[in-house]
Amino acid sequence: MSKVLMKGNEALGEAAIRAGCVHFFGYPITPQTEVPEYLVKRLPEVGGAFVQAESEVAAINMVYGAAGVGMKCMTSSSSPGISLMAEGMSYLAACELPCVVVNIMRAGPGLGGILPSQSDYFQATKGHGHGDYKLIVLAPSSVQEAVDLMTLAFELAEKYRNPVMVCADGMIGQMMEPVEFPTEGRGEPFKDNTWALTGRRGRARRIVNSLFLSPETLHEHNVELKTKYDDIERHEQRWELYNADEPYDLLLVAFGTMARICKTAIEEVRREGHRVGLFRPITLNPFPYAACRQAMDAMPRSSSVLTVEMNMGQMVWDVQHAAEGSRNVGFYGLAGGLVPSPDMVAERIRELVPARVAETV
Amino acid sequence: MSDDTEVLMAGFGGQGMLLAGKVLAQASMDLGRSVSWLPSYGPEMRGGTANVIVCIASRPIGSPLIESPRGLVVMNLPSLEKFAPKVRAGGVIVINQSLIDKDPARGDCVVIRVPARELAQDAGAPRAANFVMLGAYAGATDVVPADAIERAIAEEFTGDKTRFVASSIAAFRAGLEAGRHAPATVRS
Repeated sequence: MSKVLMKGNEALGEAAIRAGCVHFFGYPITPQTEVPEYLVKRLPEVGGAFVQAESEVAAINMVYGAAGVGMKCMTSSSSPGISLMAEGMSYLAACELPCVVVNIMRAGPGLGGILPSQSDYFQATKGHGHGDYKLIVLAPSSVQEAVDLMTLAFELAEKYRNPVMVCADGMIGQMMEPVEFPTEGRGEPFKDNTWALTGRRGRARRIVNSLFLSPETLHEHNVELKTKYDDIERHEQRWELYNADEPYDLLLVAFGTMARICKTAIEEVRREGHRVGLFRPITLNPFPYAACRQAMDAMPRSSSVLTVEMNMGQMVWDVQHAAEGSRNVGFYGLAGGLVPSPDMVAERIRELVPARVAETV
Repeated sequence: MSDDTEVLMAGFGGQGMLLAGKVLAQASMDLGRSVSWLPSYGPEMRGGTANVIVCIASRPIGSPLIESPRGLVVMNLPSLEKFAPKVRAGGVIVINQSLIDKDPARGDCVVIRVPARELAQDAGAPRAANFVMLGAYAGATDVVPADAIERAIAEEFTGDKTRFVASSIAAFRAGLEAGRHAPATVRS
C-alpha cells in the first residue's frame, strides 16, 4: 500500500476507522480539533455516527453508553478536556468497557496554552479519575506510530475490556508525515460482545454497573481488576532502544516527540565522540521498568541517566523507580509549550559525559 | 539529488506558505525520501505570521523542529526579521521582493530576491506568488527536481480545484527560472 502525507490528527482518525471504530463523541479543543473534523466527514461514509457533544463530560458519557452496548467507539480531546473526562473514564474502567481516548497534550496547568506538552504524564498513568483503576497508555513519537498505536489501542481495548489512551502532544497532532495504513477499508466490530447490552430477548440478563454497596463485593471487584492490570503489565510492555548496540556512557530516557528530538541530539554529539543511548517507553502504562533497568545496567556503575520531558519532571519518577537507587537519575525539561531543541539536549549531554574522541575517530 | 535539508517557509496567514511547504514535502515523499511538515500553530492575530518547517532526508527524521534551517523562504518583512538571523551559515534565503525591500544582512548566506507578485501576475496566476517562491527555492537549491514538484502541484488540486493546476505550475516555472539565474555560488 502506498504512503500518504497526513497530519497526525487526521491520521489518528483514519486509523480509528480502519480499526473498526464506528462512533465518535467529542468536543473541539486545540490542538486536537482535526481528529473530530476528519471523523465528522469520514464516519458517515462508513455508516458510523459522529456526535459533537455539549461538553467533554457529556462526550465521555456518550462513549460510556455506546461502549456499554458493544460499539467500537472513541473520543479525543486535549489536556483540559481530558480532565473533564476523568469521572467517566473511571466508570468505563470500573465497568470493564472497551474504548479509546486520544489526548493530544497541550501545556497546563489550568487553561494553560495551546502549544505541545507532555505534562499530562502523571494524569494519564497515575491519577486520572478516582479509584483503583488503570488505563493502558500508548505514546507515539511519529505520525506513522500514531497510526500503528491507534490500531493497537482498539485491539488492547477489546482484549482487556479496558479504556486505552493514545497520549501524544500537539506537535504529533499538527505535523504531517508520510503514513501507511496497515489495512484497507473499515475494520471489523468487536469479535465478542457477550458482555454488551444488546437487548435481552430471552438470554441471561447482563448488567453494566459500577455501584457495589457491599464492601466485600467491591473488594472482590477490585481484586479482579488488579488481576487484569497485572496481566496487562506482564504482557503489554513496549519500548524502543536507540543507539544502544555499542557501549554507551549516558542513557537518555524520553517518550513521544521528546524522544525523536533526543535522537537528533544523540547524532549531533556522536560526531564529537559522546556515546549516548536512548530508552523510549512506548507504553507509558504499563511502564517497562525491567527493560529500562536493563538499559541502565548495560552501563558502567558510575554512568548516569537523564530523563528529558516537555514538562517539569514527571516520567522521571518512574525512571527513578526503575533505577531503585542504583544510579543517579537526572532530569531536563521545559514546560509551557516550549520544546527543548536538539542543541539544548546536546548541551546537557556534554555537561554530563566526556567525549571519547580517540575511540571514535 | 541533494543531501538532507530543511527549509522554513514563512509569511502572513493566507499567503500560502503552508501549502507551498506541503507541496514540497509531497514531492519529496513521492521520490521516496523521509519528510516532515511542521506548522506553527501558536496563537496569532489576524494578519500575523504563519510558518512551516519542512525537513527532507534520506534517513528517518529525528527532530522535526529545526532551530537553524539551511533554507528560508519569506513572503513578508516580519518573517524576514524573525527568521533570517536563524538561518545556518551557508544557507539560502529567498525573499519576496514585492513586499520586502530590506536586506537580511547575512553576508554568509546566499540571498535571492524574487519579485513574486509580478512574476505570478505575468504567469497569469496572481494568487500563486507562493508557488513562484517555491519555484525560486527549488531552482536555486536543486533540493527536489522540478518535475516532481509539478506533479505534486497537480496532485494537490483535485476536483473543482483542477483549474488551478496549470496557472500554479506556470507560476512555479517562473520562480524556477528566477532561482536558476541566481548567483553561481548558490549552485553548491
